[in-house]
Amino acid sequence: MTELLEPRAIGRDTVRRDGEAKVRGTATYAIETPVEHPAYAHPVQATVARGRITAIDTSAAEALDGVLVVLTHENAERLASTDDREFAVLQGDEVAFRGQLVGVVVAETSELARQAADAVRVTYAEQPHDSELRVDHPDLYAPEQVNAGHPTDTAEGDVAAAVATAAVTVEETYSTAMYFNNPLEPHATTALWDPATDVPLTLWDSTQGVHPARAAVCEVFGLEEERVRVVCPFVGGGFGSKGTPHANLMLVTMAARALPGRPVKLALTRQQMFALSAYRTPTIQKIQLAADRTGRLQALALDVVEQTSRIKEFAEQTAAPARMMYASPNRRTTHRLAALDVPVPSWMRAPGECPGMFGPEVAMDELAERLGVDPVELRIRNEPEVDPETGKPWSSRNLVHCLREGAERFGWAERPPAGHREGAWLVGTGVASSVYPTMRQAKSTATIRFEDGRYVAEIGAADLGTGAWTVLPQITADALDVDLDDVEVRIGDTRYPVASVAGGSSGTNTWGSALVVAATEFRSKFGGSPADGDEVSGDVDQASKDEDHSAYAFGAQFAEVRVNVATGELRVPRLYGVFGAGRIVNPRTARSQLIGGMTMGLSMALHENGVWDPRIGQAATHDLAEYHVTVNADVGDIQAHWLDEHDPYVNAMGSKGIGEIGITGTAAAVVNAVHRATGVRVRDLPVTLDKVLAALP
Amino acid sequence: MPAIGFGTPGAGGTAASVDADITLTVDGEQQRLTVDTRTTLLDTLRERLGNASPKKGCDHGQCGACTVLLDGDRALSCLALAVAHDGAEITTADGLAAGGELHPVQQAFLDRDAFQCGYCTPGQICSAVGVLDEVRRGWPSHASEDLTADPELTHDEVAERMSGNLCRCGAYANIVPAVQQAGGMA
Ligand code: FES
Ligand code: FES
Repeated sequence: MTELLEPRAIGRDTVRRDGEAKVRGTATYAIETPVEHPAYAHPVQATVARGRITAIDTSAAEALDGVLVVLTHENAERLASTDDREFAVLQGDEVAFRGQLVGVVVAETSELARQAADAVRVTYAEQPHDSELRVDHPDLYAPEQVNAGHPTDTAEGDVAAAVATAAVTVEETYSTAMYFNNPLEPHATTALWDPATDVPLTLWDSTQGVHPARAAVCEVFGLEEERVRVVCPFVGGGFGSKGTPHANLMLVTMAARALPGRPVKLALTRQQMFALSAYRTPTIQKIQLAADRTGRLQALALDVVEQTSRIKEFAEQTAAPARMMYASPNRRTTHRLAALDVPVPSWMRAPGECPGMFGPEVAMDELAERLGVDPVELRIRNEPEVDPETGKPWSSRNLVHCLREGAERFGWAERPPAGHREGAWLVGTGVASSVYPTMRQAKSTATIRFEDGRYVAEIGAADLGTGAWTVLPQITADALDVDLDDVEVRIGDTRYPVASVAGGSSGTNTWGSALVVAATEFRSKFGGSPADGDEVSGDVDQASKDEDHSAYAFGAQFAEVRVNVATGELRVPRLYGVFGAGRIVNPRTARSQLIGGMTMGLSMALHENGVWDPRIGQAATHDLAEYHVTVNADVGDIQAHWLDEHDPYVNAMGSKGIGEIGITGTAAAVVNAVHRATGVRVRDLPVTLDKVLAALP
Repeated sequence: MPAIGFGTPGAGGTAASVDADITLTVDGEQQRLTVDTRTTLLDTLRERLGNASPKKGCDHGQCGACTVLLDGDRALSCLALAVAHDGAEITTADGLAAGGELHPVQQAFLDRDAFQCGYCTPGQICSAVGVLDEVRRGWPSHASEDLTADPELTHDEVAERMSGNLCRCGAYANIVPAVQQAGGMA
């Protein structure tokens, strides 16, 4: 048990501290860092999906007035570590995917850099490539483990036997598309290499973690951490794609090191991001559900097929939520990967839970239909007493409460019958559950200092729009028992103590815990009237940690869908979510995160589709005109609500993390509503007009 | 007419830049500058004049992050070449708050938490200022039932008119009420 902070600032609707700078556009993002006389870098990318570079002719580029340097594998510095092959830029002639970095040009202006990059002539010996994920791919393999350290496979009981004898079964295959994170701010860096100074390398980088980014650069370039500074006060969105650095950071560092004393700016173009800045693997999900007549699950199996790149493994933990969501005596989950000639997949908002709450939550709807049981009720009947995977009790699990409250708010009981028609529109409603694990990272330190009558806390945390600039002072104020106005928290710089990545919805849980430890320490050391300059630091690992409970946030999402009978046009006028996510530190920023996640879930349901062209090995939809994301007119009444949940096991704030849960289950709720409206069961995302058109009256 | 001077042609027949002298008024301040004729208004503002209030999200007219007011109307500055706008008057989101006081649209975005990361925000705000003006002038949209009636700031009208501005953080549900608030409708 952890003693929860007495909430005074916590729980208060507080305006963003960085809000005014953001509405004026004066918050400085990485590429905008004001520096003296910057040079501009533009990457050169491979135009084959697999092969070797046989020649590079840089003479035309170098001959242009104002071109400062052209780097290729022929003249680039040798890196200290090439263990991570994504980071091993310009180290050899091998091409492992289309769009891979094969050079960089630095010039006096961005126009010139781009022109010169176009003038670099690269000749390849092309090799046959394989970039297409297939469920029966001959090279499927079981990775050692999947993301976040989960086991690759799990098994309990006998699924086949239960399926053979069950009253009702669902055996279907579901698939999710390839998704690109597409934060609105492209991946970008301003880099300065000034060997004459104590800290020769400064990187103003758009990152979800300045310390993790620094660690990666130090490893790759063989630099000591004291000699590198990474700065990032603001991030224009990341959604996981800026959680770990990508090759662009190594490329700009290399370019800066080739031009000592000259700041170099490199922003990926939107098109380049589709090959270089992470994406979510497509997934194929084979599901088996078996239930008795009352709807109690007898078997639950999920076999996942997905892809990774040949140069670096990323195994999305798609089956993870199926292991803990519902009770069932017989269970099986597996992950199989195909390593393809494709860009490197990585984290995207709720890796594992996001795709993994699609197939199973649609399958539950199919099961409910076959049983003639209400889908809300079916979920409630399969509520597990303890975590089915670990056997541990829940720290708190309010899925049933979320389902009931959501049903109430949405008017579920009065929902129209299947195939209900209003004028030109078929109307349907659907439900799905949401889930996300409650995490806390092992490493983070905060300092608190009394300075000019105020408390200044420092920690290298990141605010990607999540609200850390605002929420961390709320936590610190309560931990110190002072007014919010008396606290300043500084983040986003490796000059501040080490902080974990803003990922896994763990930022507030982790950094907040470190701040509470520091505040407690501060008070016990200096009491209520400290002297100017009094300072302590606190580590997250000094915070009490509960190992005996299974901790997750839960939620329920309800969607109303309208389908035009003539055109198949799909609208989602209502999307309601109710979440049990521990204590909410700032209702204003929390609501924005939750509706933001739900909006991205809506986007996944209806719009996003990385269409892969296996002939050339690249996403055919590789800009924002073709890779559609939800726009304003696609969004109707989106509401996020939460329970007043009190969890004494998670951390001193009682918070569970809310950055990712909103995107989980949304697509399933929409698909289930589309089925109710039209009778069409769409098992492959996204739901597009062509998939429902044939069934319309 | 802007004065145009030719840069040095590069080797291999590749011409290097062609420059032009232009004058712009940006956020009330007159600026004389020489630009590469390939330079967009967006890059002129961000890379030449150090005004990074308009953002670059796509550089292709697909996201709206670069929206500014160009001679009073909302425009995508990534799709405009600076040389083609000699003498133009440009207002960025930062310029809307000239004198230190937030514009009502900016205040409404703060009040409604109509953003998260803030990267689309200056573009959303300039676009919203343009929308309110277009509605005042009686311009219909795709969402207008009656093309001849004075449009009202309903949810659908605002959402439709703001749909050229992507928000990957998904703040749309807060952006619409913010625009309505600024327009005196909520
Ligand atoms: S940057 Fe101009 S529309 Fe995207
Ligand atoms: S606030 Fe992040 S893209 Fe709109």
